[in-house]
Amino acid sequence: MNSLTNRKKVLESKKMNFWERIYLPAILHGLSITMKHFFKKKTTIYYPEQKREFSENFRGLHSLKRDENGAERCTACGLCALSCPAEAITMTAAERKPGEEHLYREEKYASVYEINMLRCIFCGFCEEACPKAAIFLDGDIAKAGYKRDEFIFGKDKLVEPIVK
Amino acid sequence: MDIAFIIEKLILISAILAISLVIAMYTTLAERKFAGFFQDRVGPNRAGPWGLLQPLADGVKLFTKEEIIPTHAGTFLFVLGPSLSMFTACITTAVIPWGQDLFLFGRNISLQVADINVGVLYVFGVVSLGVYGVMIGGWASNNKFSLLAAVRSASQNISYEIAMGLSIIALLMMTGTLSLREISEQQSGMNWNIFYQPLGFLIFMICSFAETNRTPFDLPECETELVGGHHTEYSSMKLGFYLFAEYINMFVSSAIMASLYFGGYNYPGMHLISNPNVAALIGVAAFFTKILLFIFFFIWVRWTVPRFRYDQLMKLGWKVLIPLAIINIALTGAGILFFGK
Amino acid sequence: MSHSLFYLLSFITLFFALLVVFAKNPIHSALYMVMTFFAITCQYLILNAQFLAIVNFIVYMGAIMVLILFSIMFLNLNQDTEPQKSSLLKFAGVISAGLLMLTLVGAIVKTGGGDVPFELVNSNIGLVKNLGKVLFNEFLLPFEIASVLLLSAMVGAVLLAKKDIN
Repeated sequence: MNSLTNRKKVLESKKMNFWERIYLPAILHGLSITMKHFFKKKTTIYYPEQKREFSENFRGLHSLKRDENGAERCTACGLCALSCPAEAITMTAAERKPGEEHLYREEKYASVYEINMLRCIFCGFCEEACPKAAIFLDGDIAKAGYKRDEFIFGKDKLVEPIVK
Repeated sequence: MDIAFIIEKLILISAILAISLVIAMYTTLAERKFAGFFQDRVGPNRAGPWGLLQPLADGVKLFTKEEIIPTHAGTFLFVLGPSLSMFTACITTAVIPWGQDLFLFGRNISLQVADINVGVLYVFGVVSLGVYGVMIGGWASNNKFSLLAAVRSASQNISYEIAMGLSIIALLMMTGTLSLREISEQQSGMNWNIFYQPLGFLIFMICSFAETNRTPFDLPECETELVGGHHTEYSSMKLGFYLFAEYINMFVSSAIMASLYFGGYNYPGMHLISNPNVAALIGVAAFFTKILLFIFFFIWVRWTVPRFRYDQLMKLGWKVLIPLAIINIALTGAGILFFGK
Repeated sequence: MSHSLFYLLSFITLFFALLVVFAKNPIHSALYMVMTFFAITCQYLILNAQFLAIVNFIVYMGAIMVLILFSIMFLNLNQDTEPQKSSLLKFAGVISAGLLMLTLVGAIVKTGGGDVPFELVNSNIGLVKNLGKVLFNEFLLPFEIASVLLLSAMVGAVLLAKKDIN
């Protein structure tokens, strides 16, 4: 019967000759290949001491940015939480008091901003959604932990430190 | 039987036991290290310098793990299985001649625990006893998969024992003795049996791969295909015993291959050393070098050759190795008849 | 020394032999039988019959008992599934066992044993070399006949195992 695509290939299994049938030459050949690899340079990167270079569009841990005066850029608009497909972001907004202008850039700011790193899929939608350029996924690889609580990152871990 | 003799033997036994356990321990590390090297990795390197403390870490881990005995499992037999495996693996070392006699404190100290004149057969007996550990363990687990694996491994061991025995017969026809010590002594001065019995050695080596359940014949375990074979239900150090027994078996079968075919403690240029003690000690070192090379070979093959299918295994054992061994016996007989030994 | 060892070993042999008969679980029965064979192996050893001991060890303990265990493990012999044997069968069993015992007792009486322990003429008779010489000189014909018997048994087994013979 003709096949529809005419791409069918009939496998032909050749009869093996004597040397192929006793397998030993093939095994010896295999042994020589593995022995070659034994002395090859190892490709391992010793992780905590050495690090592989990240690519430019690598998405790591989030950081909440500050502006040039050191004030937090986030205005707690909630677009990032809305865009988050994993629903990992929660926040509580608060109004800026007089005298806090050096802390928060806008009149409204996030008093609580939490990302659940167990839910986060590092898709980067929050970064794209943010109108204030306040959140970027420019950090490191997410660390491992022993407890679930350790994976809920609050502002203490997310807001970038003030650069003097 | 004087006291000194007993003390001497006790020291020797404990030394051999300790050495074989340490070697087995570090074979587990070497296996993982070399597996890494063969795959362009580095292997375990975190515990201690170059990962040298890894076997200790593994041991501590196994000892502190929870011990689970399945309900409806026969507790006594369940414990007996791994113990028997370990025991049979250890007692084979009794007949292996580790070196020539030492002359210390005016005494002639033999570096062999027991020179029984059926040494080779003793090894076979103990090896055939090793099947019980697997079978009892598999049956006592009260798990049909364990039982099936136990039966698989038992039938594999029985099948390959036959070919192994037949390949040895050809060697014994040449040596004319069953004592491992005498066989070792006959091979002094590069008169190694491998040059007379290459085919026999090949068969013996393949069979010892099968007997120690090493790849390409590790069908009893098949950790990548089955759950784990006869030790599926085992945990903690009882599992450790099964795994450890495999490495001791590897060490012992390397020692037997070295002493039967590769001259045992003999090494080239042995007669040039005048001090007999020094010569004997170098002999021990040479013997252990041979053993370690064999162990390396075991590991090398494991990371090269894929596993056989079960029917292929049986076909190889019964239809290839046994006839080959019989042909080898006939050839050896003809050789002895025409050329003399 | 050797005497007390002999009695100890005989006790162990008989003890485990009785356990073979009385054990409820067939697997345990088989394992006790292994122990019985082991004790017999030790008996051979104190007779300095090293070859016989090791052959008993390899063949009976290592091969035959493994095969028996093998088949028992597949049979699912539980206590409640075991069929009740008819009294006729039991009677036949008792008769045949009694006949065997009669033969054994007769053999012991005939050899005049019992009061005097045997003295081995040559304590090295059980070593491999001597045994081989005896087997292949004096007892060559029985030895070869036994091997032919084994061969025919093997051929028969293959024939039975084969499904269809064309």
